[in-house]
Amino acid sequence: MALTDEIQTLTKAFTGLGVDERSLVTILGKWKPEERQSFRKGNPNFFKEDERHFERCHEDYVKRLEQEFMRFKKAIVLWTMHPWERDARMAKKAIKKGPEAYAVLVEIACSRSSEELLGARRAYHSLFEHSIEEDTSRYIKGSERKLLVALVSAYRYEGSKVEEDHAKSEAKALANAIKNSDKKKLLEDDEVVRILATRSKPHIQAVYKQYKQISDKNLDEDLEVALILKETVQCLCSPEKYYTKVLDEALKNGTNQKIRKALTRVIVTQADADMKNIREEFQTKYGVALSKKIEDTACGSYKDFLVNLVARGN
Amino acid sequence: MATLITPSHFSAIEDAEALQKAFKGWGTDEKAVIRILGYRNAVQRKQIREAYENVFQEDVVKRLESELSGDFEKAVYRWILDPADRDAVLANVAIRKSECDFKVLIELSCVLSPEELLAVKRAYQNRYKRSLEEDVASHTAGDLRKLLVALVSAYRYNGEEINARLANSEADILHEAIKDKAYNSDEVIRILTTRSKAQLNATFNRYREDHKLSITKNLLGESAASDFQKALHTTIRCISDPHKYYAKVLRDGIKRIGTDEDDLTRVIVTRAEKDLKDIKDIYYKKNSVSLDDAVAKEISGDYKAFLLALLGKQD
Repeated sequence: MALTDEIQTLTKAFTGLGVDERSLVTILGKWKPEERQSFRKGNPNFFKEDERHFERCHEDYVKRLEQEFMRFKKAIVLWTMHPWERDARMAKKAIKKGPEAYAVLVEIACSRSSEELLGARRAYHSLFEHSIEEDTSRYIKGSERKLLVALVSAYRYEGSKVEEDHAKSEAKALANAIKNSDKKKLLEDDEVVRILATRSKPHIQAVYKQYKQISDKNLDEDLEVALILKETVQCLCSPEKYYTKVLDEALKNGTNQKIRKALTRVIVTQADADMKNIREEFQTKYGVALSKKIEDTACGSYKDFLVNLVARGN
Repeated sequence: MATLITPSHFSAIEDAEALQKAFKGWGTDEKAVIRILGYRNAVQRKQIREAYENVFQEDVVKRLESELSGDFEKAVYRWILDPADRDAVLANVAIRKSECDFKVLIELSCVLSPEELLAVKRAYQNRYKRSLEEDVASHTAGDLRKLLVALVSAYRYNGEEINARLANSEADILHEAIKDKAYNSDEVIRILTTRSKAQLNATFNRYREDHKLSITKNLLGESAASDFQKALHTTIRCISDPHKYYAKVLRDGIKRIGTDEDDLTRVIVTRAEKDLKDIKDIYYKKNSVSLDDAVAKEISGDYKAFLLALLGKQD
């Protein structure tokens, strides 16, 4: 390979999600100091000319590189963990992080089964010597608190029996709350929280259907004014749609680290759960296979590992 | 300690056959029913139910429902169920009363261990095809709903560790709320419904040290207490001193004999295998009469005989 090609390959090896270890080894492994200097000079994204005459790393070059190297490690650590511990640790991090991470709490509380959520609560006891609801209510302050505490405390009925008249009246109640949401905030409405946090998933899906019938609209979209409510309904009713959207965001170019992190989280947590549905939904919505998108955007062992997980559920 | 006495020799099949004999013909031999069921623990009762089903292809619980009546029937029905299933039934009865009998739900969520509460919730889902939380939520409103749903949803950490600094700051928070009569504050509900029992008891102790008055005395004050205040009071008592709490419920229950025996039945049936002896001791200290004597005086018939059996009367 000519030097320019090698430089291009090496740049690419650092630019995706994860790092292309093989290229790094074969190229960097043989490059002499002059070649490495060419690389630095030819990469204004990573290096800039310092006044004292050396090619100096951009501030976030090292940080970014470390993040990309870590991606594979984090995926493996997360994957080998017991799912309960995984969810408990993610929940703890999310509680500490604040509003930007509330969606993670919603994912755990709403897309897991009742027994999986219970397991996560048990693991939380072991790991942190407090209960998840204790920490959620203690550290979360804003208007989302009521909803989040109720969601993480839920132990929903998992049978399929649904009382249609209750579903109908609750759809009406939600429609009312949405209509009056300028007078009373949706997150402050006890009925909204009660319905979403205590009813079984089949029941809420029935409410979704009834809502469509009475208002001709989609419940999750109408709840958009409080984004967390929209995410709650999506995770409860159609998690594959929710996760597909998150994955698409994560695989876009130029997104920030927080959004990119979702790629590992979603694939690792869903690999044994809903992966088949997510694959199908992704193909339908975006017209390209999820694995292809990952092949194009990620690199190295990280990419190979994710593609492997995505192929599950066949 | 339990009050229930069980025999050294036990055969589920013999008991099932003896029960069948008690049902045969006109009327029922209630004494035989008491003699058997009144002296069997939960494991044995389960084996009797299974043996009866195997030998006679019939559900002995349904049979008892049809053979017995009144308060006696209610008591035996509750007694023969599995403890978790029984508590689920009691919770459902409490929820469906025209005014939710919230103390039953509070007892359930505060006296039972976290694992026992979980077992009740599973039994409830199994029996009613809905979750306990959704039924509590849809049958209550306002502050009471906030408190009760949080209590039944809780899966408290069950370790013994306590954080003294936290106990201090949270005792202060509770004190401020009570002083300002802001009983329904989010902080009060958060503390009482999420902290571990060990932590809460440390907090209550700290409260008493700092303010020379126990939190429960401080809470009820002089003026008439609202339902919500009473619920908070019950919550704290169930967590800090369940024996004393149950003794009071029994005392009030005995006074209400002739009108409503639910409390009396519930406490005796649910605690006979657990700590009814400790509760009796406190009852005696507070009332100068033994619970057995009080029951014997106020109640009659098979209902009385059955309760006395559970209270430990030698056969």
